[in-house]
Amino acid sequence: MGVRGQRIFRGYFSLFINGYIVNPAPYSAKLCCIVFSGKFNAVWKWFHKLGAPKSFFEMTGLWLPLLGVLTILLLVTGMVWGLVFAPQDYQQGQAFRIMYIHVPASILAQSSYLMMASAGVVFLVWKIKLADVALQCAAPIGASITFLALITGSIWGKPMWGTWWVWDARLTSTLVLLFLFVGVMALRSAMENQATAGRATSILAVVGLVNLPIIKFSVDWWNTLHQPASFSLTEKPAMPAEMYQPLLVMVLGFYVFFFLIWIMRMRLEILRREHRTDWVRRWYAARTQHAI
Amino acid sequence: MIFTVVKRELLAIFRNPAEVFNPLVFFVLVVSLFPLGISPSETVLQTIAPGVIWVAALLSTLLSMELLFRSDFDDGSLEQMAISPQPLLLLVTGKIFSHWLVSGLPLVMLSPVLSIMLALGVEGIQGMLISLALGTPTLSLLGSIGAGLTVGLKKAGMLIPILILPLYIPVLLLGTSLIQTAAAGGDYNAHILWLAALLALSAGLAPIATTASIRISLSH
Repeated sequence: MGVRGQRIFRGYFSLFINGYIVNPAPYSAKLCCIVFSGKFNAVWKWFHKLGAPKSFFEMTGLWLPLLGVLTILLLVTGMVWGLVFAPQDYQQGQAFRIMYIHVPASILAQSSYLMMASAGVVFLVWKIKLADVALQCAAPIGASITFLALITGSIWGKPMWGTWWVWDARLTSTLVLLFLFVGVMALRSAMENQATAGRATSILAVVGLVNLPIIKFSVDWWNTLHQPASFSLTEKPAMPAEMYQPLLVMVLGFYVFFFLIWIMRMRLEILRREHRTDWVRRWYAARTQHAI
Repeated sequence: MIFTVVKRELLAIFRNPAEVFNPLVFFVLVVSLFPLGISPSETVLQTIAPGVIWVAALLSTLLSMELLFRSDFDDGSLEQMAISPQPLLLLVTGKIFSHWLVSGLPLVMLSPVLSIMLALGVEGIQGMLISLALGTPTLSLLGSIGAGLTVGLKKAGMLIPILILPLYIPVLLLGTSLIQTAAAGGDYNAHILWLAALLALSAGLAPIATTASIRISLSH
């Protein structure tokens, strides 16, 4: 191991000794140079560019119309297909159609926590400010989606199980997921200093990520009544194709919708944080046709 | 070195014993409210006893959590620990361990008395002792993350429970179901192993997260 290798090693080793990397940026940059040398260079450059608030703002400005159109297209198609054309369920009749909202919301609820916590990991390790913006903006959206999953599940539960709420494993772990989102938001709003708030919420999100599978397992084992997951990547779905195809479209639509709202919130937050910089002033002037 | 920290912590705590006793009194009070609020009948008490004692244990641990780093933060000794040549991770682990010694261990020792008050049988009491002995260290470890994250804040009191209670759910579920299984005369080896696994996991990871969060709180 050369001198550089030793320094990289020590840099990461300090993570385990002190529980916190004092200054990981030089080490990780070097490691990335080694990993992403050669033909990955272009990809890496693109990511680096995306990480800067200004170029993120410019790039996403181009994506937004596309994402918006895609969201509307997918959601309208999925909803009309699912609510009007998909066949009735032989047991649940028309009531099963709430599935086209409930299942996408439930799937998205979990993965939005995963995405939020990944942003936390990125912020803790590489200190990319954009990751902090991403984490902060994902929390309220994730909380709303989780809430939607709970509400639609409850409405579906009333005709099917005869009760608005049961302490079933999946309902309970979704409720806990909502609490985790609320915790991240509460911590963020309690801290005034932006820099410390970002790092503290990142840690909380990561701790929640480690705990999420444990919570899910323990709750599963505690009580199970809910039907098994509607979708799995490895198995053929139990429902007919006419029923799950619109569901797939809805799941996709929910994801694109999530990304759309996420990027919109992030752009707003970037403007808020960078409002003193030149490029924001120029952007604003160009937009409002005012001289600076 | 970890024992030096524990000794210092215990000394500081015993110079001001009210801080230790208040959460314990709270624990006993909360537990004794349930028979008054629900029903004094023995069958009802037996069913709710595991949950009542565990929920009271969670709440009283959280109540004492705010004090874990607070006084050291206020007088600046936490900062001194952070910049001292000794690894902060060890110092924090020592503090968490001494927190358990004064808040978790007394709960374990008090629990048989409360179990009798809640009409649990001998088997149930045994299960209660085992579950609390294995579970309360996990509570202290997980709670320390919340204490570390909020130590610099003025209004940390309500925030710690919001951040930490969701993380306590697996311990609560496993702990209560251990007692229920024990009281019903079943085999609760699996519960013991799971609680021990949670303890090992949190003992390995929670101090790292707590150390990181203390460094963040100090960087104001």
